[in-house]
Amino acid sequence: MTLRSQRPAILLFAGLALFPFAASFGADTYLLTLGARMLILALATLSLDFLIGQGALISFGHAAYLGIGAYSVVLASMAGIDDLLLQALIAIVVAAVFAVLTGYVSLRATGVHYLMSTLAFGQMLYFLFVSVSPLGGDDGYTLSSRSLLIGEPRLTSDLAFYYLCLTVLALAYLLLVRIAGSRFGRVLNAIRQNPLRAAALGFRSFPSQLAACVIAGSIAAVAGTLLANQSEFVAPAFMSWQRSGELLVMTILGGVGSLWGAVLGAITYLTLQEALSLWTDQTQVIVGPLLIIVALFGRRGLAGALVPRTSGGPA
Amino acid sequence: MFLALLAVQTLNGLQLGILLFLISAGLTLTFGVMNFVNLAHGVQYMVGAYLAAMFASFTGGFWSALALTLPTALAFGLALEILVFRWLYDRDHLSQILATFGVILFLNQGVKTIWGAAPLSVPMPLALSGSIPLMPGLLFPVYRLALIVVGLATALALYLLINHSRVGMLVRAGSTNAAMVSALGVNIRQLFMLVFGFGAMLAGFAGALVAPILSVEPGMGDNLLILAFVVIVIGGIGSIRGAFLAALMVGLIDTLGRAFGPQMLRLALAPAAASQTGRALAPMLIYILMAAVLFARPSGLFPVKR
Repeated sequence: MTLRSQRPAILLFAGLALFPFAASFGADTYLLTLGARMLILALATLSLDFLIGQGALISFGHAAYLGIGAYSVVLASMAGIDDLLLQALIAIVVAAVFAVLTGYVSLRATGVHYLMSTLAFGQMLYFLFVSVSPLGGDDGYTLSSRSLLIGEPRLTSDLAFYYLCLTVLALAYLLLVRIAGSRFGRVLNAIRQNPLRAAALGFRSFPSQLAACVIAGSIAAVAGTLLANQSEFVAPAFMSWQRSGELLVMTILGGVGSLWGAVLGAITYLTLQEALSLWTDQTQVIVGPLLIIVALFGRRGLAGALVPRTSGGPA
Repeated sequence: MFLALLAVQTLNGLQLGILLFLISAGLTLTFGVMNFVNLAHGVQYMVGAYLAAMFASFTGGFWSALALTLPTALAFGLALEILVFRWLYDRDHLSQILATFGVILFLNQGVKTIWGAAPLSVPMPLALSGSIPLMPGLLFPVYRLALIVVGLATALALYLLINHSRVGMLVRAGSTNAAMVSALGVNIRQLFMLVFGFGAMLAGFAGALVAPILSVEPGMGDNLLILAFVVIVIGGIGSIRGAFLAALMVGLIDTLGRAFGPQMLRLALAPAAASQTGRALAPMLIYILMAAVLFARPSGLFPVKR
């Protein structure tokens, strides 16, 4: 990881860190709440970009992990565990177990079949939570308050919550960049680029890909715990297939493979939705064709448009 | 009593299965022949229902509306193909997902803009309204029976078209090896366009058929799209026969599972636990089946012969 190759990411994160100062001139609470929500969904998108960009695993059920994280907060707080760190830990463990169990089945398939089986598991989890009436079923569950952070209610301030989300996002980004550059990441990339050659060199694809699923799933589950706290409400709609599709769209819009592109993609997509909704209630009539145009003409998403590909970098 | 209930639910399951077949037939062909991930197939079903509602309000009758819907749905599908889809055949799945998701957003909002957010209804054709007794004490709506018959007839026609016509032969050849078909002098682009338009028309046909018994509303295709994916994965991508059998399976399993799952579990569990587990498990059944098929036979239960 050179400083030069990380220039777009540094600029992006600096901009996000300065956003609250800009927001303080306008509608403070509204913008900060919105900003936190964007950062959380950017975190989930980032993890999906890791899965697709490094592992070539196109998941159409990634929102399931958002749901796992969100419902972990509900179940943990029902059990009297109010601290976000503990809740996130629970979410990570549950997500890892879910990733291993479903990955064991899904990873036998490749390409479109992998996509379809992640969709199947996402739908199973969705319908499971729709039917569990103690958790509100389809109507969702309203949390009584935000989680504690290290024993104190530190998340009640919108500003504090925004910076917590930004910190988590930045840490996750650094972690994923390190992983992508590590030996494990290189093996994963080799399997993505040429599974046969990687196999001939003695690398089995299954353990590496399963590990990638666990990593991506855990990070998305952390995003889920934050999302539950942001809205103080949890519903099965968090893991509907439309939400999974939206995560995919934000990833592709940002440009698969660069990691910071995913963050940019999520923020662009959500800002566009929000800004247009202030102006018209026909938002999707504009967003839909824009996505089509990006798909038709933009080969590598926003990241590709901003930073023309140079030789040597990871494809 | 139980037998009558079973008969009714079986017919309901068949009806859902037939509907799923009409939608899946086009999806499995575009997927199998062109290797194209089309998330926008569900909105084409929705557009069919809206077109039927619009034409019904113009002409006042169901039959004339249906007759007008079919060519319009075909034209709509061809227009989408020319404007968007044909530029994506050579691209990766990610671009196809992005573009077709854009089409979903656009059309779901578009029908709301044109026809309003409130659900529309389509009048039931007079000749097919009412119910008939199937056995003593068991009434079943005529229209739903007619749906099953029409669906079976369509399936038969499709079978003849795919397996015993020149175009069908080319489509089958295209799904096995598109490059070779093209090298033998067939205009594969034109074939793709035809398959696509025809699939869109079938989805629109399905939408028009169910319009009298469902409310026509934005987003009505979203969940059926996912069910259609389940069907084509179970049946084997690219296989019409597979789509037909899998659609009936999915329709029956889903309907009967929801109707009888809780009671069946009561044989093994306490009543409260049984109804809770049953309600949780019933909607998951088809996805469990799909995952099992992907695990044991990734190419589906009735795959295309290569």
